[in-house]
Amino acid sequence: MNNTPQKPNGLTTSLWMQSGGPDTDVVVSSRIRIARNVTFEPFPRVATATQAQHVLERVQQAVHQPALQTFFPLQWMSLEGASKLDVRILVEKHLISPHLAEQSEHAAVIIGKEEAVSIMVNEEDHLRMQVLYPGFQLQSAWELASDIDEAFEGELEYAFDDQWGYLTSCPTNVGTGIRASVMMHLPALVLTQQMNRILQAITQVGLAVRGLYGEGSEATGNLFQVSNQTTLGQTEEEIIENLHSVVKQLTEHERTARSHLFQEMRTKITDRIRRSYGILCYAEDIDSKEAAQRLSDVRLGIDLGVIAHAPSYTMNELLVMMQPGYLQKRYGKTLSPDERDVYRAKLLREYIRPSSS
Amino acid sequence: MICQHCGQRHAQVHVTKMINGVKAEMHWCETCAMDKGELPQMGIGFSLHQLLSGFIEHDSENATIKNAGKHEHRSKKTTLRCASCGMNYAQFSKLGRLGCAACYTHFGERLKPMLKRVQGGMVHVGKLPKRGTERVQLKRRIEQLKLQLLQLIANEEFEQAATLRDQIRILERGLSEHE
Repeated sequence: MNNTPQKPNGLTTSLWMQSGGPDTDVVVSSRIRIARNVTFEPFPRVATATQAQHVLERVQQAVHQPALQTFFPLQWMSLEGASKLDVRILVEKHLISPHLAEQSEHAAVIIGKEEAVSIMVNEEDHLRMQVLYPGFQLQSAWELASDIDEAFEGELEYAFDDQWGYLTSCPTNVGTGIRASVMMHLPALVLTQQMNRILQAITQVGLAVRGLYGEGSEATGNLFQVSNQTTLGQTEEEIIENLHSVVKQLTEHERTARSHLFQEMRTKITDRIRRSYGILCYAEDIDSKEAAQRLSDVRLGIDLGVIAHAPSYTMNELLVMMQPGYLQKRYGKTLSPDERDVYRAKLLREYIRPSSS
Repeated sequence: MICQHCGQRHAQVHVTKMINGVKAEMHWCETCAMDKGELPQMGIGFSLHQLLSGFIEHDSENATIKNAGKHEHRSKKTTLRCASCGMNYAQFSKLGRLGCAACYTHFGERLKPMLKRVQGGMVHVGKLPKRGTERVQLKRRIEQLKLQLLQLIANEEFEQAATLRDQIRILERGLSEHE
C-alpha cells in the first residue's frame, strides 16, 4: 500500500486488455460492480465539501486495515491532484466512470490486482467496487467483488434497509447494488442483420445493451455491453445466472452466424477482413470510428484464421491505445482531433504491420 | 393535423394531460414540442436517468390526478422533504438521485410506484450485511422452513412435518420478540 497519492501509471496495461480467459473469441470482458454507501453520511451528490472529505478519509482509513490489505496491494489514487490526461486514461481503460473523472474533487480510486480491481470513492455512491476480467468470467469476478465488499463492510457500516436492501443514490441500483456486465464482440450478428431482433429480445428479459463506453455511448466496432437492468427482487446469484445464460446463448448465435457467413460468403468475408487489415497496416490518417470497425474486422479475421500470424498485441489493448487520452500520453503531446487521427494511424501501423515481411 | 403552436408544421407529438381533473389535448410539431420540453431529447444526452426522472414525474402526475380537485395536493407534493438531508421531492424528480439513506424512508410511499416500474421486485432478497440484520435473516430462515414444511406435507411425512412446524413456531416467537 502506498500512502502518498500517486500519479496513475498511464501506460500500464489492465488485466482485461491482456486478453485470455474463456470464450475470448466472442466475449471481450466480464465486469461486476457493487455500489455501497456508508451509513449516516449523505450521498456524494448532495454532500458538502467537508462531508465528502470525511467519507474519503474514512474509506482511506479502511483501506489501511489488515482485512483489506490481506487481499493484494491496493494503490490509493486521489483524483484531485492527478492530471486531466491521466484521469482520462483511467476512463479509457474502464477503471473509472466518466462521471468520476468530471467531478474529481474529494474523489479517489483504489486500484489493485493488475488493475482488475478498481474502487471508486465518492462517485454517485460512496463506494463503487469493480472487478473487470478478460473473457467470460462473471462468476469469479463476482466472488472477488463480494469478498472485497465484505472486507469493507468489516470496517465501514453500510446504509441498509430490511425492505430495500443496500441503499444507493439512484433507485435503479437499490437492493443488491450490483451491476454485472459483459462486453461482447458480435460482428457476424451485425453483418447478418440479426442484432435488432436480438436487442429487443434482450431487453425483454430484463437486460440492457450499451456501447463500448457505457451509458449513452454508441456501439462502435461491433462491441456491445450487456448488463442487468434491475437490482431489487432477485439475489446476486440469480442476476448473474440470468446474464450468464443470455451471454452463453448470444455467444452460440454469434459462432453459428460466423461459420455460416464463412461457409456461404467466404470470398466476401475474407476480402473484407484483408482490406481492413491492409488499411490498418498502411493508413496515414484514420478516425476512431473507422479504426474500431477495421479492428473489429481484423479481430474476426484472427478468430476465423484468415489472418494467420499470431499477434503480439491484443485487440483489447489496441482499442484502448487508440483513444484520445492514451494517444496523447504515448506521444507526449497535446493533439487536436485531426492530429489524433494521424497519430492513431501511426500507432496502428506500428502494432499491426508485420515487422519483417 | 397542423401544429397548434406554430400553425405551420405537421403535428407529430400528441399529448394528453390531466390537470386538476380537466383533460387537455395538445398537438405539436417536434420542434415546438422540444421547445416546450415535452419531448425527451433522444440520441446523445438521453440517459437512463432522464428516463427515470420521466417515470418519477409521471408517477407524481398520476398521484395528482387521483386527488383531482384537491388543490393543496400539488403544493404538498413539491414540499415533501427529507428531514435528514433536506432534499425535497421536486429536486429528486429533477436529479433522479436521492440525497441520503433516510430519503428512502421519507419519500417511501412516493418511491414505490416508480420502483415497481424500474425494478424486478419490491423486496431485497440478496446479500445481507453481517451486522444488524438478524431479524431479516430470521425471517428468511422461517420462509425457507415453511417451504420445507409444505414439501413434507405433500410427501405425507407428517411426523417430520409436526416437528418442523414446532420449530417454526419457536422461531416465529423469536421474531415477534425482535419486533
